[in-house]
Amino acid sequence: MSERLLTVTDLEVAYRTRRGTVRAVRDVSLHVDAGETVAVVGESGSGKSTTAAAVVRLLAPAAVVDHGSIDLLGHDVVNASQRALRNVRGILVGLVPQDPTVSLNPVTRIGEQVAEVLRIHGLADRKNADLEAVEALRRAGLSDPEVRARQYPHELSGGMRQRVLIAIALAAKPRLLVADEPTSALDVTVQRQILDHLEQLTTGAGTGVLLITHDLGVAADRADRIVVMSQGRVVEQGTPDEVLGSPSDPYTRELLAAAPSLRGARVIAAPVPPSAVPVLEVRRLTKDFTLPRSAGGGTLRAVDDVSFVLPKGRTLALVGESGSGKSTTARLALRLAEPTSGSVLVDGVDVTHTHGAALRLLRRRMQVVYQNPYASLDPRFSVQRIITEPLNAFGVGSRTERAARAAELLDVVALPRTVLLRRPAELSGGQRQRVAIARALALKPELVVLDEPVSALDVSVQAQILDLLAQLQAELGLSYLFISHDLAVVRQVAHEVAVLQRGRIVEQGPVEGVFARPADPYTAELLSAIPGGRVRVGQGGAS
Amino acid sequence: MNRYVLARLGQALLVLWAAYTVSFVVLYALPGDPVSLMYGSDSSDVTPAQLDALRAQYGLDQPLPAQYVTHLGAALHGDLGSSVVLHRPVAALIADAVPSTASIAAAAFLLALVVGGGLAVVATLARSRGLSNALLGLPPLGVAIPSFWFGLMLVQWFSFAHPIFPAVGNKGFSSIVLPAVTLAVPTAAIIAQMLSRSLQHSLRQPYVDTARAKGAGPVRVHFRHALRNASLPALTVIGLVIGELLAGAVVTETVFSRPGIGRLTATSVSAQDIPVVQGIVLFAAAVFVLVNLAVDLLYPLLDPRIVRHPRAAKVAPGAQAAPALEPATAGV
Repeated sequence: MSERLLTVTDLEVAYRTRRGTVRAVRDVSLHVDAGETVAVVGESGSGKSTTAAAVVRLLAPAAVVDHGSIDLLGHDVVNASQRALRNVRGILVGLVPQDPTVSLNPVTRIGEQVAEVLRIHGLADRKNADLEAVEALRRAGLSDPEVRARQYPHELSGGMRQRVLIAIALAAKPRLLVADEPTSALDVTVQRQILDHLEQLTTGAGTGVLLITHDLGVAADRADRIVVMSQGRVVEQGTPDEVLGSPSDPYTRELLAAAPSLRGARVIAAPVPPSAVPVLEVRRLTKDFTLPRSAGGGTLRAVDDVSFVLPKGRTLALVGESGSGKSTTARLALRLAEPTSGSVLVDGVDVTHTHGAALRLLRRRMQVVYQNPYASLDPRFSVQRIITEPLNAFGVGSRTERAARAAELLDVVALPRTVLLRRPAELSGGQRQRVAIARALALKPELVVLDEPVSALDVSVQAQILDLLAQLQAELGLSYLFISHDLAVVRQVAHEVAVLQRGRIVEQGPVEGVFARPADPYTAELLSAIPGGRVRVGQGGAS
Repeated sequence: MNRYVLARLGQALLVLWAAYTVSFVVLYALPGDPVSLMYGSDSSDVTPAQLDALRAQYGLDQPLPAQYVTHLGAALHGDLGSSVVLHRPVAALIADAVPSTASIAAAAFLLALVVGGGLAVVATLARSRGLSNALLGLPPLGVAIPSFWFGLMLVQWFSFAHPIFPAVGNKGFSSIVLPAVTLAVPTAAIIAQMLSRSLQHSLRQPYVDTARAKGAGPVRVHFRHALRNASLPALTVIGLVIGELLAGAVVTETVFSRPGIGRLTATSVSAQDIPVVQGIVLFAAAVFVLVNLAVDLLYPLLDPRIVRHPRAAKVAPGAQAAPALEPATAGV
């Protein structure tokens, strides 16, 4: 039996706020052995990140450990002095934080930030620490580690920064690694590369890993054991086979049913018989951006010869990683940006050069739902004002008619009418996204552009929103241009899919065909990067 | 010298010209001119004819635009005119006053930097919340205390009750201490307020958690990580604080009866000595512009994210030119 690294017993953590005490973690017990990966899975507010923070005692100032113990290789983490903790952090336990874009000191060179761990613990003098930092960067899978060490964080991509953070966490060769959503901010293919690499590094060294994730698919692929948390409690614990194969807790079943990467069932509406004229058609769209001279000048072709057809009542998904040109394509189709060449047709009419009042009328027929419902709703507006704003802008109806329409739209998106006078801050993420959808529908558009509409939401909420979108499409005959990086979501809602890579469409066709028999290697790579593969093929189990 | 610096110098000249023009319009549009002020409007020993002759001598009989052109032309050649009260060239008056003011301003600035910066660091570093709150309560107090009152109190304690420092004059180092302390208090308060605010902000950033997860102690976290990031907004304030020092010199030098720019300003304004006042405005604007230019040039040295100007890369390619595209092309 391997050595026990971490034992958490009956942990209870509460946040003391002005409105009273909120218990974030209750009676949590778990353990991690050497060489083992334990995944803690749950939605936002489940207490999984608080548990991770407690293990390294990096809790928010308002958080208090009320009860329970955390034993890390014989160190009592809960009661340790700050000085004692400094001899635990970095050297016995490494932390890979959530968001690589803000977790590195922006004004310090990469190499120095990696070397710092070794310097703090007296593992190397200045010169050797620099050399070892380069080695740690190389081990973390960064190309040209000597060059990276001299760069600053802003000069690296998100994936590279996450590798730097992994290098920092593993530099002093800790026995335990706590990884808090280490790849949630990254593209799927990058996510897979990084998780593969992390697995390889820790397996070789017999490091224990406590992996925090919201994605059951990731947990199923990577963990030896899965701990499912809900509302601060552990609701289920076991091997991936046990937890995913025969979940005993209703919450796990719910989570499993909602996880897009594992969800097999399609929620798309039965397609309306396509009319002869498509709602939207783009022909050979190209968009060049002039690069600043500091970047060497020249132009960047963001969209390269893109053509597609969106028939009425159907959903076309534009899929690609960050920087693939999918958002720019949508902006061109919406006439929010001018194409360098090519044309945009709405209902068979060329609108590429429409201007002024005609363009304004065109805008009524095309509406957008944005990714982040926390940012896309004005926090000072009431829900009623948010929903009626497009009506006001186009002077539709009288004041009372508009109010009636707002109430009606809330029914459509399945929100209670009591929400009308509330402000966005009083609503949950899913409710806010429903408000954003109601706003998009206010002018009765034919085409709705959905820009990553569920990627900021928890999985169970994602499923609800996707169901709602499918239902609205069936009832109102809407056409969706669905922009997403998440193939698992696309598989559920889209009829057609266009895969974009570096501004070009590499593959296009019906979802069933493309997903079953990807013709382009890039599509195949994207598909295989969807987490949860082990469960989907029905074999499951720990490797 | 790259284009960025040249462009900034051009802007600086524009600011100086604007300051000169605005002060000219405001000062010369005031009722009454220096000549009638000098001799009093009801003076009997000077005839109106003599007054007119004097006005002609100073060029005051010319129409305003003509006077403006003449003065601006002279100013461009370094001639700021002469004081109508002291009958000396303005440039010489200012040059005489600068060293005395510069010595107390420099001492006050250093003192403010050390005390204000130290206060911010200690307050955010303090483990005891009570101590931290008490220290953070000091800057608002420092801003609120009237300088003249504080200066008089210092004189009361350290010159009369305990004769350690002289109350007036500008002889030797000991005469600098009390005025510098008086001048430093509001400045230190501003620096402390700004720096502690941005330190608190920096300490909440995720990269600080990363540092703590490495095993870094509070002192290392403060000095290696938080302080450097927090000093960036504080640096901007330092550019503005210099103006505060010049304005504070008026009160301080009056209280301590020291010669200097502040005293010169006070006497010239009350005597309506327009050429001197305008010279001082121009001098203050120049100091302000130069300090802020220096701050802007310092920024890229402290914050690697700031590439000074897209055009700068054309002059100095290499190190700074490539990174902008790096994330897109380098992948993982």
